[in-house]
Amino acid sequence: MSSSSTLSLTDRFWRWFHGFGSPARFDRFAQKALPWFSWGAGILLLAGLIGGLFYAPADYQQGESFRIIYVHVPAAWMSLFTYVVMAMAGAVTLIWRMKLADAVARASAPLGASFTALALITGSLWGKPMWGTYWVWDGRLTSYLILLFLYLGYIALVNAIADRRTGSRAGAVLALVGVVNLPIIHFSVEWWNTLHQGATVTKFDAPSIDTRMLIPLLIMFFGYQLYYFAVMLLRVRNELLDTERRTQWVANLIMDEPARDKS
Amino acid sequence: MMLKQSLSQAFLAELHADLRLAYRNKSALFNPLMFFIMVAVLFAFGVGPESTVLSKLAPGVIWVAALLSSLLALDHLFREDYENGSLEQLILSPHASSALILAKIIVHWLVTGLPLILISPFIAMMMQLPGQAYGTMLLSLLLGTPALSLIGAVGVGLTAGIKRSGLLLSLLVIPLFIPVLIFGASAVQASTIGLSASGQLYLLAAFSLLSLLFTPFATSAAIKISLN
Repeated sequence: MSSSSTLSLTDRFWRWFHGFGSPARFDRFAQKALPWFSWGAGILLLAGLIGGLFYAPADYQQGESFRIIYVHVPAAWMSLFTYVVMAMAGAVTLIWRMKLADAVARASAPLGASFTALALITGSLWGKPMWGTYWVWDGRLTSYLILLFLYLGYIALVNAIADRRTGSRAGAVLALVGVVNLPIIHFSVEWWNTLHQGATVTKFDAPSIDTRMLIPLLIMFFGYQLYYFAVMLLRVRNELLDTERRTQWVANLIMDEPARDKS
Repeated sequence: MMLKQSLSQAFLAELHADLRLAYRNKSALFNPLMFFIMVAVLFAFGVGPESTVLSKLAPGVIWVAALLSSLLALDHLFREDYENGSLEQLILSPHASSALILAKIIVHWLVTGLPLILISPFIAMMMQLPGQAYGTMLLSLLLGTPALSLIGAVGVGLTAGIKRSGLLLSLLVIPLFIPVLIFGASAVQASTIGLSASGQLYLLAAFSLLSLLFTPFATSAAIKISLN
């Protein structure tokens, strides 16, 4: 009787995949998931900041000023993460022409650009006490500047094309070209010049960072991650409601809203 | 009537037609060259005529000028074909559009990239580039500028449908040009102080080969999107 039992696992996956891509279904999911992500982000960011600013010990070399790491490093991680999400959403847009993926890529671009800008600004503020100047042509700082250019190029291209679907598909190609180039750019710039301190967290065998410093950093990272998903869901919802405004499910949603508020 | 043509015949026909078009429209050939020289002259005016300063800056200036003039020339790559509809015909043709597009890019490099390389010793002389670096400079431009044309073609394909897209194109493409600039300029720099530049030159060749492998497909996808 139930057809799902006869379906193979891959078939079920594709069924789920296409179902998830339906804007109406995604909207219901986003509505339910949004409070979890936003509250989670708020609580984790607060906890991470308190832990980082008050409980983590001061650095033996950099003193108190190292604490900007709790804003700087998660922002830098998120700016790369967001670009990869954008490129993957772009690939899905090109292959399956899924509206949801297109909305995810569009919603992620300004967020990623903001994370990159935050990483650059905090990096330059950190650079002042450490290197004596706000800007040095250091390898990692410079490659983040180029990442910011890539984000701004994406936003400029998508906005320049009047037709929405053409715009997002062009953006998807650009994001994919960018993601292939990202490591090349990164290593070129790194090779070109490097002053930046070596990575302290990714050396998993023996992280050269005190655990009391590391734990708030990881909490901050998950906080940033949840914040990204919360804002992304919000923006994607907004985007989908706008593009689907002539469909029945949006009409139903708007009609339902006041009724639900009363109950 | 259906034309029975192999892919290589179609490729050669496209190459031939584009070369003839380029030959008949010589201003497209000279403008980037003029621009190349003018940028170098601007640098000289900007930093002063002192030959020790100029020769120190020469590798970077030559490469930045070459990059900018190939960027400027890119605008012509598909512009006319887009406007007169032949780009659409090219996509509709039964042959792999990526191969025909590659032919277009090759011609574009032959008429804008190659003259740039030929004239570069003249600019190197003006910029007081030390004599032992001329060979490396020529080689680095020869290995690096194809990557610029190939990567730039993707950007041109993406912006083909947009009016007055020159500025947008540079925003999209300049970040992707940076690795080529870094290794190109550094190769010339190394040879001015008598170091071997083979590492940088190999990397430039690798960039060009990688772009040769991937960008024709990306460009063809981009053009299909732009033509909608």
